[in-house]
Amino acid sequence: MDRTNASQLIKMGAEASLFLADWHGRKVILKKRLPKKYRHARLDEQIRTYRTIHEPQLMHQAKKAGVPTPTIFFVDVKNAVIVMEFVEGKQLKQLLNNVSSSERKKLCKRIGELVGRLHKYGIVHGDLTTSNMILDPAGRIVFVDFGLGEASKELEARGVDLHLMRRALQSVHFTFAEECFTSIAKGYANVVGEDTTRDVLDKIRDIEKRGRYVTRHEENNGD
Amino acid sequence: MVKKQKIRKEKAEESYCLGIESTADDFSVGVSTFKGEILANVRSVYMPAEGGIHPREAARHHAEQANTALREALEKAALKPQDLSLIAFSQGPGLGPCLRTGATVARALASYLDIPLVGVNHCIAHIEIGKLETGAIDPITLYVSGGNTIVAAFEAGRYRVFGETLDIALGNCLDVFAREAGLRQRRSMPLGALVEKLAARSERLLELPYTVKGMDVSMSGLLTAAVTLLKKGKCRLEDICYSLQETAFSMVTEISERGLAHTEKKEVLLTGGVAANRRLQSMIKEIAREHDARFCVVPSEFAVDNGAMIAWTGVLAYMHGVVTSVDQSHVKLRWRLDEVEVPWIGQMHLS
Repeated sequence: MDRTNASQLIKMGAEASLFLADWHGRKVILKKRLPKKYRHARLDEQIRTYRTIHEPQLMHQAKKAGVPTPTIFFVDVKNAVIVMEFVEGKQLKQLLNNVSSSERKKLCKRIGELVGRLHKYGIVHGDLTTSNMILDPAGRIVFVDFGLGEASKELEARGVDLHLMRRALQSVHFTFAEECFTSIAKGYANVVGEDTTRDVLDKIRDIEKRGRYVTRHEENNGD
Repeated sequence: MVKKQKIRKEKAEESYCLGIESTADDFSVGVSTFKGEILANVRSVYMPAEGGIHPREAARHHAEQANTALREALEKAALKPQDLSLIAFSQGPGLGPCLRTGATVARALASYLDIPLVGVNHCIAHIEIGKLETGAIDPITLYVSGGNTIVAAFEAGRYRVFGETLDIALGNCLDVFAREAGLRQRRSMPLGALVEKLAARSERLLELPYTVKGMDVSMSGLLTAAVTLLKKGKCRLEDICYSLQETAFSMVTEISERGLAHTEKKEVLLTGGVAANRRLQSMIKEIAREHDARFCVVPSEFAVDNGAMIAWTGVLAYMHGVVTSVDQSHVKLRWRLDEVEVPWIGQMHLS
């Protein structure tokens, strides 16, 4: 952690805080998982340690799967800090609101392809939101924040992953959430195939029925 | 007809709404003035002899108690049925037979008195009564009860869900565990309170699965693991209760903090039956402090399911043009709060 200068807080998230810093002459992001006072100290340490170790591993695996992620420079498990490449570019969250409908569909299709690559390789991201995707100057979509990700090829895990994507779209981009999700599903199918996509979409419907996600009109006839 | 209108005219300074809540084990009748003064809040709770809520048994309880509860509420409010201007009822989400019983009573009353009917979303009512009682204006809300675990905040015309459970609700998780442990619900002491009491006697954290997925939590694995520990018989019940609470509450607090960081609201509202838990309160208070937000918790009378919250939300809706005709008053068992237009926010609603 030596020679880290001039760190500047750029985002205080719930799960971690991000600092912009200079590390051996490079512009980097320090991702720091600060202790949470509300949690039991040991539970807190377990959670922070687990995520600090697993996040870089998953990001490295994601690269192998063909999904751009920031390069990891250093991991300090004891202090729960990850030093990684600062990715220049624009968050998809802002971008999607400011482009034409056809451009939006194109971007979403590419998001779907990238999610498909992750899943095919056995990774679920765990927090697919448009704030965790950055379009860099080279035109690549870079996935960040794998803190809640896991290695899994289970249909259930994939279903939840895409379900969360849809939910995130609904809460942030409610006017065109469904249109976006349809394009994402198309891109996803390009990578994992129609059959797997159908299974995952069926799974999402299962998940939605499990919680309180849908109004089931057929139940309303009894009164 | 003519007579009724005359009576209403005489009391023109104040109008009253009667609200009926019957989504689960509670049958409750509340009365609110159109200005948000709660005049009555009468509750009758169905207590199963054993096990959880049996929907039809609970509905039978509601039907039997409806008359008494209505009469008692009107007596407390010192009103005659003819003084009412509006009937509100919880239209969903909830258990079918229970909801239908409340809806039937509401329809009958509205038709008999010839006054408008408003179907209210139960989850929204929990938020609105919380705002009324705590003075919160635009909070991010953690609503935790036996049937719901939701992080919600108002954005662009509706309450939006920023996090929720993927399977069972927090209160349900605690209740089922308590029943597995042989704890018995008493009138003064719900199951969750028994777990809280036992947990307070321990500081030993056992390892249980902590499951946060994106903005959501999953509680079913946690419940199974806690019950497994219990069945093995090697751990003290106090320690399991403590660990279950610590783990489950940390999970919902983490997603609440995510919602708070995301929306940057300046108030955090804790509501629903589990809001009465002191440990959960302390956790939510801590994240509010860290994000410079005001911590608001609903008083316990209004934290549990209650008719007053339905009455007050009915008033808000009615004053902004929402009326439910009888043929649209069918109950909605899985009515999500983010499906409901909320025209009363962003405008002056207290005339």
